[in-house]
Amino acid sequence: MELVCPAGNLPSLKAAVDHGADAVYIGFQDNTNARHFAGLNFSDHRALKGLEYVRHNPQRRAVRLFVAINTYAQAGRWQEWQRVVDKCAELGVDALIGADVAVLDYASRRHPSLNLHLSVQASATNQACLQFYHDNFGVKRAVLPRVLSLKQVERLVAVSPIELEVFGFGSLCIMAEGRCLLSSYATGQSPNTVGACSPASAVEWLQTPFGMDTRLGGLLIDRFNHIEQAGYPTLCKGRFAVNGQVGHALESPTSLNTLNIIPQLAAIGVSAIKIEGRQRSPAYVAEVSRIWRAALDSYQGNPAQFTVQSQWAESLAKLSEGNQTTLGAYHRAWQ
Amino acid sequence: MEITLAPLSFFWHKQAVYEFYQQVAESAIDRVYLGEVVCAKRRELKAEDWLEIATLLQNSGKTVVLSTLALIESASDLMYLKRLCQQGELLVEANDMAAVHYLAEQQLPFCAGPSMNIYSAEALKVMHRLGLQRWVMPVELSLAHLQQITQQLQQLGIDQLETEIFSYGYLPLAYSARCFSARVNDVSKDQCGFACLQSPQGIPLATQEGDQLFVINGIQSMSGYCYDICDQWQVMQQHSVAAMRLSAHNHDVFAVAQQLKKAIQQNSVIESSQLHGRGYWFGKAGIV
Repeated sequence: MELVCPAGNLPSLKAAVDHGADAVYIGFQDNTNARHFAGLNFSDHRALKGLEYVRHNPQRRAVRLFVAINTYAQAGRWQEWQRVVDKCAELGVDALIGADVAVLDYASRRHPSLNLHLSVQASATNQACLQFYHDNFGVKRAVLPRVLSLKQVERLVAVSPIELEVFGFGSLCIMAEGRCLLSSYATGQSPNTVGACSPASAVEWLQTPFGMDTRLGGLLIDRFNHIEQAGYPTLCKGRFAVNGQVGHALESPTSLNTLNIIPQLAAIGVSAIKIEGRQRSPAYVAEVSRIWRAALDSYQGNPAQFTVQSQWAESLAKLSEGNQTTLGAYHRAWQ
Repeated sequence: MEITLAPLSFFWHKQAVYEFYQQVAESAIDRVYLGEVVCAKRRELKAEDWLEIATLLQNSGKTVVLSTLALIESASDLMYLKRLCQQGELLVEANDMAAVHYLAEQQLPFCAGPSMNIYSAEALKVMHRLGLQRWVMPVELSLAHLQQITQQLQQLGIDQLETEIFSYGYLPLAYSARCFSARVNDVSKDQCGFACLQSPQGIPLATQEGDQLFVINGIQSMSGYCYDICDQWQVMQQHSVAAMRLSAHNHDVFAVAQQLKKAIQQNSVIESSQLHGRGYWFGKAGIV
């Protein structure tokens, strides 16, 4: 299985490559990708530098570079999406990860040799949907939303016309990606429109006599006491009142971690594992890439004897939201 | 201006669904979207029951469209979807590209529901080529977006496409693998016991300060406030909107439809008394 790691900037890209990524995915510095945060992402010049590093990396490994253009082109601003698609073709990147039919259609017609992957933001969860993107735009791989159980992933791999990539580690979207407007309901900005969920400009951290309040768009998302570690205010992981009870009504702060099911994912024919986190630091990317490289190599070296080493699990837990990890939807009981 | 009724978002007992659609048959609504769009486990009504309701509505002069599941996870869900797309009589509203795949394959015209992620005229052009006849604008888009898209459609020479605007009801905001109604009862989806039947208008979720935030409806999260932009009907008409969509959470929708119909017929103004939850249409956060 190919290890696909995130990079929000050039140091992260180098960290990913140096620590074992088989492929690195990046985005440009605009709202054409779903991690549109201030100070993050690549200018045209940095993207070229990144590509050069990938092609001529110190370890002389074959590493691929993918570019995410995975937001939906907004009304009246089509040229911005068109430009970055053309840029990908000009650079000769190894894949463009798209979600919008307009982007995929343009890329497939204008640049037929450009390799297309389907972003998780397109919410493709079934065979007919995958067939649609394959037949109409020649998409060769899809990233699956974090909504399918392991059994469902297995059945889908068996009938899929294209390669499938699944999320292995990182922040856990509990909604079908590309089908979640919670962020725009509270802030006016969503992953589909501006490429950001819970944008930093709408976030407030307020120290109170009781602890810390976190707000999004002025709405109270969570209230932490002095001994709790306050987390970033994401709507799906806040504490709310339902039927008079206050709690994590949708999900607790936690991260996805699938190290445990590497053997199953490999056995059912998953093509690649995606690590979430273009918004994370180079140190984070280095550590997660290193652990996943070690785990995948260990599995490949001796599939029958594969076990998750405790230091891998502990290190990943430390890098996780709320220091907790889950198998999420892969584990049916989570649903 | 056509008045349409969205597919029923909530899970009601079969008897309640039949009674509801009997009233729809006598209402001011022109076009009705039928079917389960939220959760594949909700099977109070079988495909045959929906078709029976379709006949009842058609006999009352309504246009009927079959609407499909938004989140399709299993092979059996997909099989059911394929059957709906191949029934050959009624127009189908796609809520997932899987439906578009089956419909385009048969070269059938189709509609696209609000969860289809169509955000630009360029995307509409691609979908139109595949058979798209009518689209419901994503609920998070505004009047300003509509203006731009309409203008660009003209520039692209696409004039056959109908636009429908979600105008009343709780807004569908998100879909998950997890069932939040089951979670409220501390059980998993597989053990849900059809908890949704106990909450025919969903379960309200508020912030710790009491602000209405969302409504939980099984695997779907909806807006905390009931959206109502019916007073905007004249603006919509100026922008060539073909239809206004109403979504029911109870029988109030019939009075809303009646009032809207009257305003359209008499070309009169509807006053809005809504204070919250209209932000999307005005280019703001939805909750505003």
